[in-house]
Amino acid sequence: MQKAEKMQELRVFAQEIRVETLKTVGSLGFGHVPGAMSVIDALAVLYGEVMKVDPKNPHWEDRDWCVLSKGHAGPAMYATLGLKGFYPVEDAYTLNQPHTNFPSHTDRTKTPGVDLTTGSLGQGMSTATGAALGNKLDGRDSHVFVFVGDGECDEGQVWEAAQFAAHYKLDNLVCFVDDNKYQLDGAVDKVMSHGKGIGAKFAAFGWNVIELQDGNDVEQIYDAVQLAYDTKGVPTCIVLNTVKGLGATFAEGTGAHSSQPTKEQWDEAIAAAEKKLAEIKAQ
Amino acid sequence: MSFTLIGKHEKDSRNNRDGYVTAMLDLMEKDSKVMHVDCDLENCINTGKLAKAFPEQTVNAGIAEANAMGVAAGLAATGRTVFMHSFGCFASRRAFDQAFMSAAYAKLPVHVIGSDPGVCAAYNGGTHMPFEDCALYMSVPEAVVIDPVDFAQINCLTKKLAASGKFSYMRMIRKGFTTVYGDGSDFEIGKGVTLKEGKDVAIIASGIMVDEALKAQEQLAAEGISAKVIDMFTWKPLDEQLILDSAAECGAIVTAENHQVKVGLGSAVANVVIKNNPVPMEMVGVEDRFGQVGAESFLREEYGLTAAHIVEAAKKAIARKNG
Repeated sequence: MQKAEKMQELRVFAQEIRVETLKTVGSLGFGHVPGAMSVIDALAVLYGEVMKVDPKNPHWEDRDWCVLSKGHAGPAMYATLGLKGFYPVEDAYTLNQPHTNFPSHTDRTKTPGVDLTTGSLGQGMSTATGAALGNKLDGRDSHVFVFVGDGECDEGQVWEAAQFAAHYKLDNLVCFVDDNKYQLDGAVDKVMSHGKGIGAKFAAFGWNVIELQDGNDVEQIYDAVQLAYDTKGVPTCIVLNTVKGLGATFAEGTGAHSSQPTKEQWDEAIAAAEKKLAEIKAQ
Repeated sequence: MSFTLIGKHEKDSRNNRDGYVTAMLDLMEKDSKVMHVDCDLENCINTGKLAKAFPEQTVNAGIAEANAMGVAAGLAATGRTVFMHSFGCFASRRAFDQAFMSAAYAKLPVHVIGSDPGVCAAYNGGTHMPFEDCALYMSVPEAVVIDPVDFAQINCLTKKLAASGKFSYMRMIRKGFTTVYGDGSDFEIGKGVTLKEGKDVAIIASGIMVDEALKAQEQLAAEGISAKVIDMFTWKPLDEQLILDSAAECGAIVTAENHQVKVGLGSAVANVVIKNNPVPMEMVGVEDRFGQVGAESFLREEYGLTAAHIVEAAKKAIARKNG
């Protein structure tokens, strides 16, 4: 397949994930939509093209791993895994209902395809690092992808793990920073700024750092992952310059952490996302 | 400057930590998926030996306990049995959220080893003296929490934990310690050990207090009082049946622990007794106080962790029973 076709497929997949993420959270009526929307394009690239996974055998030993350290983006992961065939995508519409397998934050014991449990910020960075070390020791050709938020990078544990991963030369670890500029209490620059920048920090810890102009562009993300694969001896950090809430009409541009829109706003957002999907498909 | 540690009679010539290291050498040789993660304290528990013999199964995470706990959980997710060590204070307080969420909640079999429990932190002082480590870990659903005493017990229980597949916390006295058990002794998680039979009072102890309980039993016997002595190394799961049998047999109980009694073995035993067969109970242990620096012998007196304190508590419990 030509690369252009591949990218077109990924754009369609990303928009399908957006539609399903909205439907998933919309089934409940409230949730962490904005921070889920910003990572969707990277998830589409990973599950649509890059990662080795087997939806029928989620624990396949030679799989690639994906850890959503910013665990509150769970609904985006659930939509992605559902569309990929790990389970019927509608199963995720039980989000946060009693005894659901789709809790707010990703949980390895509940959802097929979720590799590690996250929710307490910073922790997924360490567990992903441990998994990368384990796969390396096993001599597997497996990569571990981990998503951390820009706000999450306030957690000291992120940097403990960054130091560890560089020391142990975990070149099978790729960290995506979802640089969507907002944390719960407001703009990252206002709440807790990152000095010379998150990318510069990772570079100081000895990582290969790739900063993307548009972290919601599947082609840029795809190319960055290829560069990460070609980089040996150090882990790679891909800083995604993203838009929080991208593709959710009630959230985009607000910087909000969670959303509780009205029924009309949900309907409007889902209709807009479906319309966009049709437009992308027509391209 | 040099310190002189006060020796115990019948002290093992070996260090307790080597009970762990010996077990791990065995486990690592048999199974390449058994690992040890340390936090720049390999030299304190002699796991440098493991690093030398099995470099791919030993990880030094540096002075970063939170990350070390997460790395241990991640390694466990790749099908490994992972032991993680730091001093008890850091292995509990410092990395507790990571232990709780990344490991225990995620159902990953990480085995946390906290060395220098309670007064064993001695010259490292109050900053390093965990009287609350077991309390934290007992609050974790389904966690195994054990407080063993000597080389043989640590050696056996390390292997039992590895085979359990459950998240666990084990306290470990690092240095040479009074020998209670012979080599090759076998223990079962969830089963206390009756060391002496008796009918007037049951002394339920663990860790460094087991030998004190045995001394107390001898002193009480000399006064014509018959004390049962139980090593309840297994705080969770607790041997409830043994506690209830002892309550029925003796009608009075004394617990003894190197830990805060209100959130420790004493309170755990009281929970069982009060619900089923309330008998007079006394608790020997730390009463809502921080640790402090000093020789272990001084600290034992300071916090009331001696045979004499157990004897006094036993007499009090018996008096209440007869009262």
